Amino acid sequence: MSASERPQHGRLVVKLVAIVVGMFGFGFALVPLYDVFCDITGINGKTENTAAVYDGVTVDTSRTVTVEFITRTNSGMPWEFTVETRRVDVHPGEMAQVNFFARNPASRDIVGQAVPSVSPGQAALFLNKTECFCFNHQPLAAGAEAVMPMKFYVDPQLPEDIRFFTVQYTLYDVTASVADVAMNQG
Amino acid sequence: MSTATEHAHDDHHHHMPTGIKRWIFTTNHKDIGTLYLWFAFIMFLVGGAMAMVIRAELFQPGLQIVEPNFFNQMTTVHGLIMVFGAVMPAFTGLANWLVPMMIGAPDMALPRMNNWSFWILPFAFIILLASLFMEGGGPAFGWTFYAPLSTTYSGDSTALFVFSVHIMGISSIMGAINVIVTIWNMRAPGMTWMKMPLFVWTWLITAFLLIAVMPVLAGAVTMVLTDKFFGTSFFDAAGGGDPVMFQHIFWFFGHPEVYIMILPAFGIISQIVPTFSRKKLFGYASMVYATTSIALLSFIVWAHHMFTTGMPVAAELFFMIATMLISVPTGVKVFNWVATMWRGSLTFEVPMLFALAFIVLFTIGGLSGLMLAITPVDFQYHDTYFVVAHFHYVLVSGAVFSIMAAVYYWLPKWTGKMFDVTLAKWHFWCSLISVNVLFFPMHFIGLAGMPRRIPDYALQFADFNKWISIGGFAFGLSQLIFLAVVIKACRKQGEPVSDQVWEGAEGLEWEIPSPAPYHTFETPPVVK
Repeated sequence: MSASERPQHGRLVVKLVAIVVGMFGFGFALVPLYDVFCDITGINGKTENTAAVYDGVTVDTSRTVTVEFITRTNSGMPWEFTVETRRVDVHPGEMAQVNFFARNPASRDIVGQAVPSVSPGQAALFLNKTECFCFNHQPLAAGAEAVMPMKFYVDPQLPEDIRFFTVQYTLYDVTASVADVAMNQG
Repeated sequence: MSTATEHAHDDHHHHMPTGIKRWIFTTNHKDIGTLYLWFAFIMFLVGGAMAMVIRAELFQPGLQIVEPNFFNQMTTVHGLIMVFGAVMPAFTGLANWLVPMMIGAPDMALPRMNNWSFWILPFAFIILLASLFMEGGGPAFGWTFYAPLSTTYSGDSTALFVFSVHIMGISSIMGAINVIVTIWNMRAPGMTWMKMPLFVWTWLITAFLLIAVMPVLAGAVTMVLTDKFFGTSFFDAAGGGDPVMFQHIFWFFGHPEVYIMILPAFGIISQIVPTFSRKKLFGYASMVYATTSIALLSFIVWAHHMFTTGMPVAAELFFMIATMLISVPTGVKVFNWVATMWRGSLTFEVPMLFALAFIVLFTIGGLSGLMLAITPVDFQYHDTYFVVAHFHYVLVSGAVFSIMAAVYYWLPKWTGKMFDVTLAKWHFWCSLISVNVLFFPMHFIGLAGMPRRIPDYALQFADFNKWISIGGFAFGLSQLIFLAVVIKACRKQGEPVSDQVWEGAEGLEWEIPSPAPYHTFETPPVVK
């Protein structure tokens, strides 16, 4: 190989390394892209993490939607977690409130975090929560209990074919990670 | 000035270091190819030994030999070693040996990096294997390391697993860059793109797949590492992440990865079949286009591994149809191989036997893949032995058989002597029969519902599992015959061969002397 060929290799190598670096970045870019994609299409049943404002919504009394609630706790989470009504019938646009109960039977203080999931996923785009315990961490002292309200309305734009959907709340024990954050900030 | 001339003089007559130093410091593509191939063979035997542990445990229902946790480590490390330690390095070794000889180049474009990309590999696998001896054992979450198995429920050895995967990835990326630069810049005058041998073409496309997806794998293992040890929540729902996203990222790497393991095999078969049919390859251009289409399609089918995660029907339909589309270019290839043999004067030397077995058995694996692509039936097949049967047909009787075919095909060129044909035929027939006893019944127990990666099974699967284990042990032992053939060949026992070696062989590598000299094509040949 003559010496004059070497720079050529260099240029091609630089381009190929750029592809490698770019694809490494793309791997991480998939994380926000995944969330954006799911937000737009609503296919993984995630709901908004911020409170909606109930203002000037017209109630569509011509139809009724059944919303079902399921509660569960992640493995290793000792709380009792229930809901007062398993299902409510609402007109789209109408405000409703559902109360959830949590009790910490353990002998230690625990911070819980509820994560909602809606099925079918498309309905998640039309579930507007004006108030939800899932927006914040829920600290409960040992033996304590709490009523956790959730206020919502179903967007009147909800497609006609969805007459029934399920909202599942899973409670996670986030005590350890909350403590870590507190330590770092302190 | 005089030192400069002396230096140039030195370059020409290598003072070759001897013994171990020759192998550690070598930048010669043939030496590095040999290192890769031996490393892959050793890893094949190590990963195979783990498969023997798995089959010994599954010989009878109930738990007899190993603890379930150790069984999980065996399935995990068997997969990792066979994918990253055996099949991929074997193909890289073949590329090192053959690509420069096939395109008329004196060596790989970046010889020092070539040395590095090989020599970091043993350390990756020492780390991975050493993790098995840690307290709590090695990785036990399957080679796919799904979150939360690898994040929440894994042991401390996960850090070693992540580190070793990083090293393997860096090694493959460096190897791939080297292959691309070599093919791009160092083809002999007259070697136009559409005159390149198909092995070179398939490796060029494979190398592009490697640099596109190995970094994504590196990203995925990094996320697992930070989720597990540094408190991030990429895959943890409690912190706003999503475990299903892990599967999307993993399979975005994982599906092109399976083509990385089969495209060079297509190239090898496309070299061997014409030689022993004494005809030109049928449909050369369509082979090139088919390989390219397979590579492009491989980026849009990843979610067919995830049909049961609850995707919307529209997405399932898209991934089903895109997956089935891949069978079209693959079908073109199989058709071309058969058409090449049509009315050829066939002879059945050992490489041809392996190539023929490849065509038949790979097609069986391809057809079961087509079945798995059908979304509704995949709900039945998902995570059963049917899947195990499918990917072992394409990877063992596909990729591994093609590597054996390649070794038998080019070994006489490397050593200058014909290998022990009788022993090689024993190796072929023992492997062919046992590989089918091993993997064919897995289709039936999979359809009947036996799940993968479980150390125990329901009683009704006992008979089939006994046969599968017998086939497994026989296949494992058959590979010792291969080891014997290769050792004999490396000791240069056997009849000397001509430069062309095989009567119908065509290409630049058959025009140089046998055995191939240490340096070839220092003056580039002219390809007409």
